[in-house]
Amino acid sequence: MLQPTKNFEKPKTIHTFAAPFNAGKTLKQSKIMQQYETVVILTPLLTEESAKEVIAKYTKLLKDGGAEIVQEDNWGLKKLAYPIQKKSTGYYHLTEFKAPGDLINKLEVEYRRDERVLRFLTIALDKHAIAYNEKKRSGAFNQKKTAKTEEAAS
Amino acid sequence: MANEQIQYVTAPKVDDNRKKYCRFKKNGIKYIDYKDEKFLLKFINDQGKVLPRRLTGTSLKFQRKVAQAVKRARHIGLLPYVTDSLK
Repeated sequence: MLQPTKNFEKPKTIHTFAAPFNAGKTLKQSKIMQQYETVVILTPLLTEESAKEVIAKYTKLLKDGGAEIVQEDNWGLKKLAYPIQKKSTGYYHLTEFKAPGDLINKLEVEYRRDERVLRFLTIALDKHAIAYNEKKRSGAFNQKKTAKTEEAAS
Repeated sequence: MANEQIQYVTAPKVDDNRKKYCRFKKNGIKYIDYKDEKFLLKFINDQGKVLPRRLTGTSLKFQRKVAQAVKRARHIGLLPYVTDSLK
């Protein structure tokens, strides 16, 4: 049997559910920024300068898409552990940035179309990774690293 | 007969029953960097395979993270997928 009081309470519960739903919508409109990290390997056939140009092109693409660059790190020409596209070396570049999720797809499409890019890896960073990267950037990390290696040696 | 030395079939363990422990738990390491290939070398054998937990003592939680980090390092060419002469 239906009780009239229950029927009256129903719209109340719907109302409370509606509030977070709307809040989620507004968040989506303003776009949630998540922190990402991308490692790109460029072909060694490029000169050092043109490699920088390619990198600059992608950082521009990120900035135009509303991303916020947190950190950039150029590792330079490095030897690969195994040949990729018959190349044994490559220019490594690391970019850490905050971006809305749909930008990642655009970025990766550009990477796939670009013949100069041998490999790329984009990962979303969790809070521990962000803390680790910040620590690494601040330079107070070398002490921890030596502690780590000592631990392994013992 | 009495002067004969005792011979073991397998070499006896000489006071080496230290308990294995998870180094990540012990040192409070929460994130394993896939870009640090020298550190990851400790968790793979000379063929480039991930070492089992029973050898390294890593807890399950961090073993998963180690495996993930090794896979990422392989993808970006820091570690080999297959090899015979690592280490």
